[in-house]
Amino acid sequence: MSNGTRKLLQGNASCVHGALYAGMRFFAGYPITPSTEIAEVSSRELPRVGGKFIQMEDEIGSIAAIIGASIAGSKVMTGTSGPGYSLMVENIGYAYMSETPVVVVNVQRGGPSTGLPTKVSQSDTQQARWGPHGDYTAIAIAPSTVEDTLTETIRAFNLAERFRTPVTVLLDEVIGHSRAMVKIPEEGEYEIINRVKATSSPEEFEAFEMTPNLISPMPAYGEGYRYNVSGLTHDTHGFPTNRADEIPIKLNKLRDKIMNYVDEITKLRVEFMDDADIAIISYGSVSRTALQAASIARQAGFKVGCIQLCTIWPFPEKEIKALCENCSKIIVGELNMGQIVEEVRKVISDDKEIHTLQRYDSEILTPMQMLEKLEEVL
Amino acid sequence: MSETAQSENTGSKPKAQSKYDYSKGPLPLNINMSWCKACNICIALCPQQVFEPDRDGKPIQARAENCTQCTICWVHCPDLAITSNYK
Amino acid sequence: MTTATKPKQKSDVFHQYLRPKKKFPNVWCPGCGIGIVMGAFIRAIDKLGLSKDEVVLVSGIGCSSRFPVYLDFNSLHTTHGRALPFATGVKFSRPDLKVIVITGDGDALAIGGNHFIHACRRNIDITAILINNHIYGMTGGQGSPTTPSEAFSTTTPYGNVEKHFEPCDLAAAAGASYVARGTVYHAVQLEKAITQAIENRGFSLVEAISNCHTYFGRLNRKGDGLAMIQSFKDRAVPVARAGKMSEEELEDKLVIGKLHTTGATEFCDEYQKVIDAHKEK
Repeated sequence: MSNGTRKLLQGNASCVHGALYAGMRFFAGYPITPSTEIAEVSSRELPRVGGKFIQMEDEIGSIAAIIGASIAGSKVMTGTSGPGYSLMVENIGYAYMSETPVVVVNVQRGGPSTGLPTKVSQSDTQQARWGPHGDYTAIAIAPSTVEDTLTETIRAFNLAERFRTPVTVLLDEVIGHSRAMVKIPEEGEYEIINRVKATSSPEEFEAFEMTPNLISPMPAYGEGYRYNVSGLTHDTHGFPTNRADEIPIKLNKLRDKIMNYVDEITKLRVEFMDDADIAIISYGSVSRTALQAASIARQAGFKVGCIQLCTIWPFPEKEIKALCENCSKIIVGELNMGQIVEEVRKVISDDKEIHTLQRYDSEILTPMQMLEKLEEVL
Repeated sequence: MSETAQSENTGSKPKAQSKYDYSKGPLPLNINMSWCKACNICIALCPQQVFEPDRDGKPIQARAENCTQCTICWVHCPDLAITSNYK
Repeated sequence: MTTATKPKQKSDVFHQYLRPKKKFPNVWCPGCGIGIVMGAFIRAIDKLGLSKDEVVLVSGIGCSSRFPVYLDFNSLHTTHGRALPFATGVKFSRPDLKVIVITGDGDALAIGGNHFIHACRRNIDITAILINNHIYGMTGGQGSPTTPSEAFSTTTPYGNVEKHFEPCDLAAAAGASYVARGTVYHAVQLEKAITQAIENRGFSLVEAISNCHTYFGRLNRKGDGLAMIQSFKDRAVPVARAGKMSEEELEDKLVIGKLHTTGATEFCDEYQKVIDAHKEK
């Protein structure tokens, strides 16, 4: 795929091209609708760039394999959907604890359980935050078009590598299976971030050193830094610990290394909000609906604005509160039974009306439905 | 630990003649008493009855002169607590 | 404490491979065979002359999986049953590394059974050392896929009604290209088997029969660690002789030695051919 060209790509393929651009050279996956094309495209494209693809025996094996490859020194990704992500969460938790950069793409489908394999949904949003057990801070981002799936996947890799953490990319069946003309970025057009290399001598090296920004250097295997990685809570050497004074250090690190830079992780796309009285909050494919509905409403003279959450987790509390300062009403549109609306309720004061616009019948929210909600709310 | 091991070993097994003369040099083996967990394996498996359990059941090289450096003890030590001074 | 200096004696070889800054003695019960396997493993690595940097030790969860943290290699202590897929990711992305998995009967054959079968099928160049003590030790003595019928465990208080299976037979059937069994009594043969397994280019299984006297031994009146280890000596039969023995004679016997080998192609090698053929210049 020579860079700088424009290609007609499916969303799932666009995701893979973003990953390749970011330097992904190892993919392990398992077939599951509606994400399978991510595996198929990876299996074709990776050998062309000297990369490696493996179809594992299940999703548990897939996430395990990419974590192993990441620790060994590669940039890695897996793609799945709800049921597969559910199988992966224990090992995603291992990636949190071991601070291993991995990108996990969840092309959402109707749930729960087998649900609606070929139908759109956004009902795994909270799973992207609380899938694994225990305390940790998750990063999840949500592209909304075939085009920004490519660039947002690059951002996912940069976040994973920079913060040494799993990043979940929340697509859905509509984005994954839609097609659009996509520009493959030129060499150097987007910044590519790689994990921090170790520079201390092997004797002084501490696998989980408490650096000022709490991001420990991460050497690849074979570079002379033989260290221990464990899912057991561990000290800065990576050795398991049960000591009450050491345990919070690790858990606080998992939180603070991300929350200290939440402003640089947060990303919103804001339209028509300057004088808005009503804000439509949305993410993923619903954001296109919201944009169209808002522009129609604007033409009809209504002060309606859009806030699109490109980063869902950590939830952008500060920005949402500030943006909605002068709004009297907020509508949260989602393809589930109200998952992000609850997060909005936590940050918005009670004097404002918060409305939830839900669709979970397997179809996407349409601009008409959004406009009907606006009329109802006005 | 079990008391059967010791009695089992004081049978009439003929002692091989050790080629090593330990009277001048160090003891045959070096036992890390802080790593040893008194599991009794070396004491029981030693074909030459070199060891006697101390008060804690840990091996003492009571009959060092018998040691033929056959390596059975340190090859079977689960705690890597035994090393030889000769081999 | 240990100092990573050149060993004076052959028996000092251990200290060179023990991880500095790690507290010893190890966590296993007095007399547990896992430490014997670790000794055999260190001697095998030393004999093969592998550099510490190129060795990656991957383990799952269980008593045997606490093994890697003690050694001065790249050590990866993963989730229960998943050592093999983690190791597959390490090996496949970095075929230059020597990847060895340390696992147990519960870790590899119960929760990890699916991954075990597929690692064999792929014949990926990984050595799995399966320390089989026929019980879940870490969690306190529950029955495992290799717990014999009628045996007692904390979850088979009336005797195990299930049948066990033989990991070596499973591995051979699933495609492993080197399969050997040893016991912690036969520590020197175990070292040799591990050496051969690592040298084999493909999936190698070494099953090390080990004693869990704390649970299996106590619950089934097999005596202490020493007694169990000595029983392995009495029950062991070299594979050559076993070939001439009947089913009944082999009852309760442990057939040890190299059991199965094939010349199957290795997964990473085959995939490299795909890359070489399709990589755009």
